[in-house]
Amino acid sequence: MNKDSKSNILIIDQLTAGFGKSEIVKKISMQVTEKEITALIGPSGCGKSTFLRCLNRLHEETPDAWVHGKVNLNNKNIYEKGTDPVFVRSQIGMVFQKPNPFPSMSIYDNVAAGLTIRGIKKKTYIAEAVERSLIQAALWTEVKDKLKSAGTSLSGGQQQRLCIARALAISPPVILMDEPTSALDPISTAKIEELLHQLKKEVTIVIVTHNMQQAARVSDQTAFFLLGELIEMDSTKKFFTNPKDPRSENYITGRFG
Amino acid sequence: MKSPYNLTEQSFNRKLKNKFMKFIFAFLTVLALIPLFIIFLHVIKSGINAINYDFITQLPAPAGQPGGGIANAILGSITMVALAAIIAVPLGVLGGTYLSEYKGGKLSSVFRFVVDLMTSIPSIIVGLYIYSVIVLPMKGFSAYAGALALALLMFPIVVKSTEEILKLLPTNIREAGLALGIPRWRVIVSIILRGSVPGITTGVLLAIARVSGETAPLLFTAFGNQFWANSLNQPTSSLTVQIYTYAISPFQEWHEQAWGAAFILLLTIFIFNLVARWLLLRNKNEYM
Repeated sequence: MNKDSKSNILIIDQLTAGFGKSEIVKKISMQVTEKEITALIGPSGCGKSTFLRCLNRLHEETPDAWVHGKVNLNNKNIYEKGTDPVFVRSQIGMVFQKPNPFPSMSIYDNVAAGLTIRGIKKKTYIAEAVERSLIQAALWTEVKDKLKSAGTSLSGGQQQRLCIARALAISPPVILMDEPTSALDPISTAKIEELLHQLKKEVTIVIVTHNMQQAARVSDQTAFFLLGELIEMDSTKKFFTNPKDPRSENYITGRFG
Repeated sequence: MKSPYNLTEQSFNRKLKNKFMKFIFAFLTVLALIPLFIIFLHVIKSGINAINYDFITQLPAPAGQPGGGIANAILGSITMVALAAIIAVPLGVLGGTYLSEYKGGKLSSVFRFVVDLMTSIPSIIVGLYIYSVIVLPMKGFSAYAGALALALLMFPIVVKSTEEILKLLPTNIREAGLALGIPRWRVIVSIILRGSVPGITTGVLLAIARVSGETAPLLFTAFGNQFWANSLNQPTSSLTVQIYTYAISPFQEWHEQAWGAAFILLLTIFIFNLVARWLLLRNKNEYM
């Protein structure tokens, strides 16, 4: 598809972030295109996870954390004074490294949590949202007969898809994924990668991954981070076949990282 | 020369050592359990004969007369422990939640220190304190005062157990809640606390079991009563104080009844502990 027909849903401008005295993310600017998958890659400790957590203002929940710079979601800075982080997070969902279904909640309640806990009462609306999200997360056929069982009773890969469904239920335009398959076996990983291809028709995805092959398989854009800086960002195809920066080339050819 | 890698011999030695250590540990465990079993057996043997229908439904008989029961003490204990739980459990759960979920602040470290101190206050001092601030001004022993003393002992236990249970939930559960656009307080109430109900209940049951056996704080707060207490504002009998009174009396019948009361108390505490354990085991897979 022609890139110009899509707009940039997220525009990040000079984002710097860290904890206490240490600076983890250094003046990063990038654009995230709507309904595409943007992969953030780089060695451990390069700041890609911290950067991701700045995009839905989750970073600031950690003690000592600080952020400067702008993140525009549909041309509105989410760090503008008076913007409620709770609202920001309802627009930008997140899936974590380890599957984390809510304890003592059924599969149904887990998916519905984002709606019910925020006070939505209409039962038919909730039931529809739960079914739609579970279908989107490719979990519906596996769980439709046991929606009342505990979310924690599912396998690891199913739990992760449950968490994706939970994030989808509140219909955020953007979903952030922080190494969503690093705790999963290859078959579960393949299922989630396949799922990402389906999801990008409806949502914008920013995914942090340790696994370069995964970035190459699933993403449209790839951004390479090193020591808190954005080294290079390009279309995935260009980045992996013809990287501009020698450091990118060293990384993808496995010379470090 | 013998090879240093004689596998059969090595593995034989290793197995022997393994068996020996296993035996030592098992032996020490049994050794540690022996006093517990001796106490159990002794209480059962001495107490079981006193147990009959009258014993749990009748008022105490006058001194020196046979028969009678400890119904008022059973009811008194239930009333005061229940009242103490009503006061201490909500406050304790709130306090524990505060310690676990808002740990950064200065206030929380002060609060944690105070709670730790409270856990180690001797129970007789809690009794004395309530005596001076409640019993003296109100000019009388009462179930209220007794319950308040028990509540003071229960509160830090509930705080600590709630804090420990909530800490078992990984941080990313809280973050998952926040990432759904749920305000922090709702994450705590609807996800963290709700998900920890079995664990918190276990802590509460253990706290109840613990204060059910307290005598000192009731001695000069609820005092004791040979009859039914007509209201919460009167001296009230309890199992533990009744055991104390009967045990130091010169009457043979009362001694037997003290053992009977001890049997009932021990059985109750035992059941509370069992239920608490069962609850925790049943929900084990939630805490990983």
